[in-house]
Amino acid sequence: MNWLIEWAGYLPQLMSGLGVSLMIAGVSIVAGYPLGLVLSVMVQHRNLAVRTLGLAVVEIGRGAPALVILYLFYYGLPKFGIAFESITAACLALIWNSAAYSSEIMRAGMQSVARGQHEASAALGLSRGHTFFRVIMPQGMRSAIPGLMGVAIQMFQGTSLAYAIAVPELMKSAYNIGSQDFNYLQIFALAGICYAAISMPATWITVYFEKRLARHA
Amino acid sequence: MDAFSAVLQGLPMTIVLTLSAFAIGIVGAVPLAVGLSSPNVVLRLACRLFVDLVRGVPIIVWLFLLKFGIQVGTFKFNPVGAAIVGLGVVSIAYLAEIYRGGLESVPRGQNEAADALGLARGTTFLRVLVPQAFRIVSPSIATYLTGLLKDSSIASTIIVAEMVFQSQAFARQHPTMEGILPYVLVGILYIVLSLPVAYLSRSLDARMRKAVYA
Repeated sequence: MNWLIEWAGYLPQLMSGLGVSLMIAGVSIVAGYPLGLVLSVMVQHRNLAVRTLGLAVVEIGRGAPALVILYLFYYGLPKFGIAFESITAACLALIWNSAAYSSEIMRAGMQSVARGQHEASAALGLSRGHTFFRVIMPQGMRSAIPGLMGVAIQMFQGTSLAYAIAVPELMKSAYNIGSQDFNYLQIFALAGICYAAISMPATWITVYFEKRLARHA
Repeated sequence: MDAFSAVLQGLPMTIVLTLSAFAIGIVGAVPLAVGLSSPNVVLRLACRLFVDLVRGVPIIVWLFLLKFGIQVGTFKFNPVGAAIVGLGVVSIAYLAEIYRGGLESVPRGQNEAADALGLARGTTFLRVLVPQAFRIVSPSIATYLTGLLKDSSIASTIIVAEMVFQSQAFARQHPTMEGILPYVLVGILYIVLSLPVAYLSRSLDARMRKAVYA
């Protein structure tokens, strides 16, 4: 019971941290997915230069740990006179991350669209732009939905890394409370529950969508 | 070049963290995967809850919980111990989920055929289901290993002297433009390190395909 009473006391401060976490996750998804769509098109482009650039952005975003990209923005770039506030650096790093991961999922989704759809569009005399936006993308995106939901959960969890550059998100709030009275076990357990309370149901919803899409495939 | 040698100083620790956690995960995930596909509802739900809970909490939270939260008598985790145990437990959950997917994708007829041949349940599992499931999941396991390599960077937040920690230390000592170098180099190094894993996975996959279809 004691634990519960103390947890209730911690909650308001943690909730404001959770708000910051959700905000960063939201920004990285809302800005990252459209960028990911652009990247997925670039990676399949006929022009070698465009394709190479797209691939480089995607492979760095997926291959380097999010923490490294975060540090690059927050500690690295200021040495060239480009300084960001910690929260901006966190958003930029996670946008790169989510764009890179989502682009791969969207590319896979669009490549899974049956070849006949391309041929039928060509036979109907649709322009390339029309074929992409009205035929391929709607179908490809449908099969990309569960994957994109998974990336969204990954981004939400990734916001915890912003702790490392002192963004006042959930993890940082927890650490601040913990260093006041050294109740680290309780406070980090509560922080974990906060993360899980959002990630776990989100995962279940994702699995539900996965199964539904598989049924209609 | 100084920056590169600074980053390299952390390489052994990064490899130790990754491989130790991977070893814990590879072994520990086996019973959990069996539990996840158990016919016993209580056991299955308990395992499912464990896997979803571990995966639902960010790694950094697990590391801080172990490093700062756990104290039994005089025992406390040192940073490396907390990082290995934390990353290990997370690997168990992720790999169990991968194993389960593999076991489920083995056609039901294999189980029935083994049953019809009078094989014991243990033999069926070890000699019929596992070899086929392993073939299916080996690329996913390799992908997870590269993910784990990147996740080991989070150990720098609890002061484990791996590559990102060393990059930070170098950058702090070099406030000039040189200070950006370690971050760029360490990023490239992670990408380079995951190449052999991808290559091994592809050749392993190709070899197993040949073994099956030759």
